[in-house]
Amino acid sequence: MKKLLWINGLIAFAVVCCFSFSEKQAKPAKPGGLTASIKRGSLVYTQFCLTCHQANGGGVPNMNPPLIKTKWVLGDKKELIKVVLLGLSGEIEVNEDIYQNTMPPHAFLTDQQIADVLTYVRNSFGNKAASVTVAEVKGLRTKLKA
Amino acid sequence: MQVIKRFFLLSCISFLAGMAMANDTSRVSARPGSGPDETSAGISLPSGFGAVAVVDSLGRARHLVVNSNGDVYVKLERLKNGKGIYRLRDTNGDGKADEITGFGNYVGTGIAIKNGYLYASSNKAVFRYKLNTKNEVDTTSVETIVTGLVDKNQHNSKSIALDNAGNIYVNIGAPSNSCQLQDRAKGSLGKDPCPILDSAAGIWQFKADKLNQSYAEGVRYVTGTRNVVGLDWNTSINELFVMQHGRDGFSTMFPELYTDAQSAELPAEEMLLAKKSSNFGWPYCYYDWQQEKKLLNPEYGGDAKKQGRCEGVPKPVMAFPGHWAPNGLLFYTGNKFPEKYRNGAFIAFHGSWNRAPLQQAGYFVAFVPFKDGQPSGKWEPFAEGFAGKDIFNPSDALHRPCGLAQGPDGSLYISDDVKGMIWKITYKG
Repeated sequence: MKKLLWINGLIAFAVVCCFSFSEKQAKPAKPGGLTASIKRGSLVYTQFCLTCHQANGGGVPNMNPPLIKTKWVLGDKKELIKVVLLGLSGEIEVNEDIYQNTMPPHAFLTDQQIADVLTYVRNSFGNKAASVTVAEVKGLRTKLKA
Repeated sequence: MQVIKRFFLLSCISFLAGMAMANDTSRVSARPGSGPDETSAGISLPSGFGAVAVVDSLGRARHLVVNSNGDVYVKLERLKNGKGIYRLRDTNGDGKADEITGFGNYVGTGIAIKNGYLYASSNKAVFRYKLNTKNEVDTTSVETIVTGLVDKNQHNSKSIALDNAGNIYVNIGAPSNSCQLQDRAKGSLGKDPCPILDSAAGIWQFKADKLNQSYAEGVRYVTGTRNVVGLDWNTSINELFVMQHGRDGFSTMFPELYTDAQSAELPAEEMLLAKKSSNFGWPYCYYDWQQEKKLLNPEYGGDAKKQGRCEGVPKPVMAFPGHWAPNGLLFYTGNKFPEKYRNGAFIAFHGSWNRAPLQQAGYFVAFVPFKDGQPSGKWEPFAEGFAGKDIFNPSDALHRPCGLAQGPDGSLYISDDVKGMIWKITYKG
């Protein structure tokens, strides 16, 4: 019985995966638009952020902070870009809980990748906030180098 | 394309895991709200065992200990109503706590009872309290036993264990993943020698009855352990055993050497026989449980095959797949469980996060049979179902096992640091 349930679950899962993937494929996004940026950002997120912040943006209790409806994500864009460029270490408080793991700098990402991934994060997991532009990332990167 | 590949892989793994579980027909399943004679609160146990929820929402409950009169003391990682230690008392014998009182204004993980004292740790220090003539903690009697330990956030739990010769063992975890020049950064190489080893990444031994000891008064008992949360003194051979949390991020930091699928399984979580002066090799080495070898970490020139300086580094007595996070270790010395459990080891696995993007694993309590102080068979699942469902995101887990303790009546206690549920497990036959 249990086995059957598993197989059913697996099939359902596979169907949902394929469906959602083809859904995404079916809507070609305008280059430069918000949708396109979010789409590119999701790929950057999967490759560089997901292991710690997890697929649902919920993070890991006590270790890696969540990205869901926090002032870190929805607040000042400059501060958010700075976290990506410089990383973050030491204890931080997010939504009244404490997180302790180290985030390394991600300055190796391009301005475009950072703008996309932050736009994705600010518009995923129930978040809704203005996109981050390449110019904003570029400006801050230059300023931090100076 | 990569997304499709990942989903496919993940589906296969879920399927295989399901098949493995489906073959086990000897388990009893959970019935929420059932009485002490049946399993309860969402976990499943081997046939003949039952569980009762002592409490269901104590907060971030880390380790726990049971006094000879049955009082349960629990150390919290976050203060609850300003208190960091709670005493749970069952006054009517139904296994559930009816009297709950708190004391101690610090957070932490470690807690133990020995020779008339309750020992408890913060993330920097170890304290003790006298048990009075009524066998209760005298909360005014607090003394500082160990102080001034490294607390740099990451891996800062100070777990404790005591031997029968007046010593207390304290884990001091490394505030680092693998001692890289830039912690957790892609491709960053390791510092050599690693300066963290001077004051962390090991087990320190202190006197259990001497006040205000710090590093200078302690003995560096074991080195080269990245982070240990579960540890216990084995009284049948008088040796310390510790559970090491292996390193994270092979595929995120060295994608040219490890795939996500390999990185989800490696390195091993290690059960170590921690003899005095042992060096288990962190940060230079890790244990690959598939190749059964201590290998050189990529930060130090490793290539997933090379042993180099790790040849000869002591292997674990038992290895587990990666990232399951063994947070509790208990040698069962009671006689109320069936013969095979006596003197064996229970391990509370907190459950993984570093397996992502693959499905998470390890939210359960395992058992390892022992004979003469050595594992005498393979590990097996003991208590399962804590997370409540298949977990892809750790924040979705309903409960995560953390601490283990044995009651005076031979029962086993398990704590959870998500909601603070505590289970009392008994054998009914």
